[in-house]
Amino acid sequence: MPDVTAHDPPDVTCTIDVEGMTCAACSGRIQRQLEKTPGVSEANVNLMTNSATVTFDPTATAPEGLLKVIHDVGYGATLPAPDRGMEEAVTAQDEARAAELTTLGRKVLVSLVVAALAMAASMPLAEVTPGGHLDPLMRFMMPLTDLMRSVVPGLDTVSADAWRWSLLLMTTPIVFWAGRHFYTRAWAAFTHHGADMNTLVAVGTGAAFLFSLAMTVAPGWFESHGVPPMVYYEAVVWIIALVLLGNWLEARAKRATSGAIRRLIGLRPDTARVLREGVETDRPIDQVRVGDEILVRPGERVPVDGTVVEGSSTVDESMLTGEPLPVAKAMGDDVTGGTMNRSGAFRFRAVRVGRDMVLSRIVQLVQEAQGSKAPIQRLADRISAVFVPIVLSLAVLTFVLWVDFGPSPAGLRGLVAAVTVLIIACPCAMGLAVPTAVMVSTGRGAEMGVLIKGGEPLQRLRDVDTVVLDKTGTITEGNPRVTEVEVLAGDLSENEFLALVAGVEARSEHPLAEAVVAAAGDRGLSLPSIASFDSVAGRGVRGEVGGRQVLVGTVAFLEGEGVEMSALRERGLALADLGRTPVYVSVDGHPAGLLGISDPPRATSRQAVAALSALGLEVLMLTGDLRRTAEAMAREVGITRVEAEVLPAAKLEVIEALQAEGRVVAMVGDGINDAPALAAADVGIAIGGGTDVAVEAADVTLLGSDLTGVVRAIALARHTMRTMRQNLFWAFLYNTAGIPIAAGILYPTFGILLTPTMAAAAMALSSVTVVGNSLRLRHSTSSLPAPESGR
Amino acid sequence: MTPSQVIATGTGAILIGAIQWWFFLAGRRSGGVRAATRDGVQEVAITVAGGYSPDPVVVEAGRPVRLNFHRTDTDPCSEEVVLGDFSVRRFLPTDEVTPVEFTPEHPGRFVYTCGMGMLRGTIEVIPAHSAGQSGGSA
Repeated sequence: MPDVTAHDPPDVTCTIDVEGMTCAACSGRIQRQLEKTPGVSEANVNLMTNSATVTFDPTATAPEGLLKVIHDVGYGATLPAPDRGMEEAVTAQDEARAAELTTLGRKVLVSLVVAALAMAASMPLAEVTPGGHLDPLMRFMMPLTDLMRSVVPGLDTVSADAWRWSLLLMTTPIVFWAGRHFYTRAWAAFTHHGADMNTLVAVGTGAAFLFSLAMTVAPGWFESHGVPPMVYYEAVVWIIALVLLGNWLEARAKRATSGAIRRLIGLRPDTARVLREGVETDRPIDQVRVGDEILVRPGERVPVDGTVVEGSSTVDESMLTGEPLPVAKAMGDDVTGGTMNRSGAFRFRAVRVGRDMVLSRIVQLVQEAQGSKAPIQRLADRISAVFVPIVLSLAVLTFVLWVDFGPSPAGLRGLVAAVTVLIIACPCAMGLAVPTAVMVSTGRGAEMGVLIKGGEPLQRLRDVDTVVLDKTGTITEGNPRVTEVEVLAGDLSENEFLALVAGVEARSEHPLAEAVVAAAGDRGLSLPSIASFDSVAGRGVRGEVGGRQVLVGTVAFLEGEGVEMSALRERGLALADLGRTPVYVSVDGHPAGLLGISDPPRATSRQAVAALSALGLEVLMLTGDLRRTAEAMAREVGITRVEAEVLPAAKLEVIEALQAEGRVVAMVGDGINDAPALAAADVGIAIGGGTDVAVEAADVTLLGSDLTGVVRAIALARHTMRTMRQNLFWAFLYNTAGIPIAAGILYPTFGILLTPTMAAAAMALSSVTVVGNSLRLRHSTSSLPAPESGR
Repeated sequence: MTPSQVIATGTGAILIGAIQWWFFLAGRRSGGVRAATRDGVQEVAITVAGGYSPDPVVVEAGRPVRLNFHRTDTDPCSEEVVLGDFSVRRFLPTDEVTPVEFTPEHPGRFVYTCGMGMLRGTIEVIPAHSAGQSGGSA
C-alpha cells in the first residue's frame, strides 16, 4: 500500500463516545476544553453522533488523558470498544446458523426415513385400493416393498383400512414435529397479510393431509359417492422431507456467501505485544490504544494500523491488496492491521485501532455493499411481492378447471394438481437470485483488493466500454525522478545548475519540483538561498537565487518572458520522445539548460492495458502532461488514444465528452486530484486508496496499487452480472414452466402429470441451484489475466 | 354442469377473490407510525414476527433514524433485515433488539425486506420540518 502523508512526529486520531450532551453549548464546551489540552491539534465534537474525534500527538497525551478532560467538564466519556459488535454479529449469526443446521439436519434425516417407509407402505395400499395409482417415483421403492413382503409374511392380506391408519400414524409426527414451523410461520405471515414459501408448503401439505385424514376416517362415505378412498400421506411426508432438505442445503450454502467477511475478520490477531513504559505485555486487541508501541515478530500478524518506529521487515499485504509480492517496511513506513509480517522484527506506533482500522473499514464497506441492491433485482422484487398470492389463486383455479373439465375422479385429480402447483412454485429462487450473487461477488472482490461499493456500481461496471486512465500515479508509480540534467555551454557546472534550479523549486509545491529538490539532495548539493519567489500555475516558477534570476517552466512560459528558446526546444522534444517531461531553465534571461523528469510506468501497466483491450474495452490515457511525453508513455504501455495537456479542471469535460458519444466510461485515478472526474464517470475507480479505503467519489476502490485491479474489477463485474442473469433466468423459467406443467397443461395432449413429490424435489433443487451458482463466484479469478505470480 | 361442479366453481371463484382481497387490498396499510425523536435521532421499535409491525414507519428526511428491530420468531427467513436503499444488511438474533441506523436524504417510500425478499416493510420518508417549526434546533 502506498504511504499516507508522513507526519513527523505522527499525530494520531481517536474517536471517543461522549454521554450526556443535550445541546450545542455542551458540545462546544467539550470541544474547547479538548482543544486547550496540550498535544491536541484538532478536536471535533459531534452532538448528533455523541462522539468526539480528536487528533493529538501521542508523545504528549494519551486517549485516557482525553477521557479525563471530558469527565472534568462533566460528561461521560468512553473509548468505543473496537468493532467487537461486528465480530459478535458474525459469531451470533454463525451460531444461529449452526443451531438451525443441526435441528434441520435431524428433521431431514427422520423425515427422509419415514418418507421411504411411507412410500413402501403405500405400494401395497395402492394395489388393494380400487382405482388407485402409483406415483412414478414409487417404483424406486419396489425393492423395499418386496423386502417387506419377504420379511413380514401375510403382508398382502392386510386390509386397506389398516394401511391407511398406519400411514396416518407415521405421517402425523412428521407434520407436527418436522413440519411444524411451516404452519406457524405461514400463520404469522398470514396475520400480517403476507405470504411466503411457508404459506405454499403449509397450504399444500395441509390440504393433502386433511384430505387423507378424511379418507382414513370415513372411506365408506367417499366410496358411496364414487370417490376411491385415496390417501396422500406419503406425498405429505416426501414434500416436508424434500423441502427441509432443500432448506438445509440452502442454509449451508448461504453460510458460504458471507465467508469473505468471516475470513477478513479472522485476519486480525486476538492479542498484541504492547510496550508501555518499557514493559512488554501481551494485551487483548481491544485494549490496544492509539499511540501504543507494539512489537511484531517474524511470522506474526500486524494487530492494528500504525507507523514503524524501529526495525525493518517485509510484510505480506496480499490478503488486503491482492498484491502477491511482500512489501519492504522500515522506519517511517505505514503498516496495516491484519497483514502478515514475514522476515524481520519491528516496533511500530499504533495510529488507528478498532473500528478506525483499515481492515475494519474494509469489512464495514463490504457489509454495506452486501446489503445494497442491484437495479436488476427490481423486477424480481416486484414479482416476489405478488408471487405467493398469485400462486395460491392459480392453485384454486387448477382445482376448479380439473373439476369442470378433468376425467374422473376429477375432484381427486384436481386436488393433487392444486397441491403440486403450490409445492412446485419457488419464490425463494427468485428472492435469492441477485442478493446472493452480490454478496459473494463483493466479498470475493474484497479478497482481491477490489472494494466495490454495491450492486449498482457492480451493474454499471459490467456495461463499461471505455476505460480512462489518469497517467501520473495510475499508469505510473507517481514518484517522478530527475533522469537527465543538460546544461548549455556556459559558466555553470552541472551541479551548480541543478543547485540553482532546486533552490527555486524548493519553494514550489509542484510534484515535479519535489523531484528536482530530491535530485539535488541525492547529489549532496547545498541549496543557495532564495531572495524572491513567484509561481505561475501550470506554467512555471521564477526566483532570485544566489543573486541570479532563474526561470523554470514550460517553453511558453520562458518565451513569454523573452527568453530565446530555439536551442533548448529541440533537446526538450528529444527528451519528450523518451517519455520524459522536459523542464526548461533560463538564468539571467539566457537559456541555461533543461531537466528531464521521468515517472516510469508501473511494472504491470502494460500487461493490464493489454488485458483491458482483450476484454474489448477502449483504453484512453488522460494527462496534463505534454503530448509528446504522454504519447511516448502511451506507446510504452500499449495505449493508442491519448488526451494530453488537459488542465486538471478540464478532465471532467473529457469524461463528459466521451459520455456524450454514448460511451459508458470508467475513470481510474488516485481519487484526490481526479475526484470530479471520478464522480462524473459512470464508474469511478480510485487506485492505491490504501489506507483511505472509502474514497468518497469512487464506486470502486482498489487497495492494491496497480492497474491489474481494474481488470479484476471489470472481469468480476461481468462474471457477477452473468451469474445474476443465469439465476434470474433459471428462477423465472423454472416457475413459469413448472407451474403450468404442475397444473396439468401437458396432460390433455401428452398425458404428462407431475406428482407432488416430484414438485417438492424440483422446488428444493431450484433454490439450491441458484445459491450454488452464485457461490461459483468465489473462484472468480481463475479466468482473469491476473499477474503472473498467483496468490 | 353437475351441481358439484357448480359448487366447486363458485367456491373457487369466491376463494380467489378472498385471496386477492386479503393479500392485496386488506393488507394495504394506511397511516403508519411516526418516529419519536430522542437526542436528535428518530427512533422506532419494530417487532419482527412473520412480518414487521408497525408498518409503515414514518420519518423525516435529513435526520438520523434508528430502527430498533426486535425479532421474536425463529424463522430463518426473518433472520436478516435488508434496507437496500440504505445499504444495510443486518443479522437479527432472536429475542434481541438490534438497532439499525441510517440517515434518509430524500423523501419517498422505501421498502425493506428480509434476506430473501419475502417479508416486507415500508419506511415513509417525509420532507424535513413541516411548516410551523423554525430552524435553530440544536
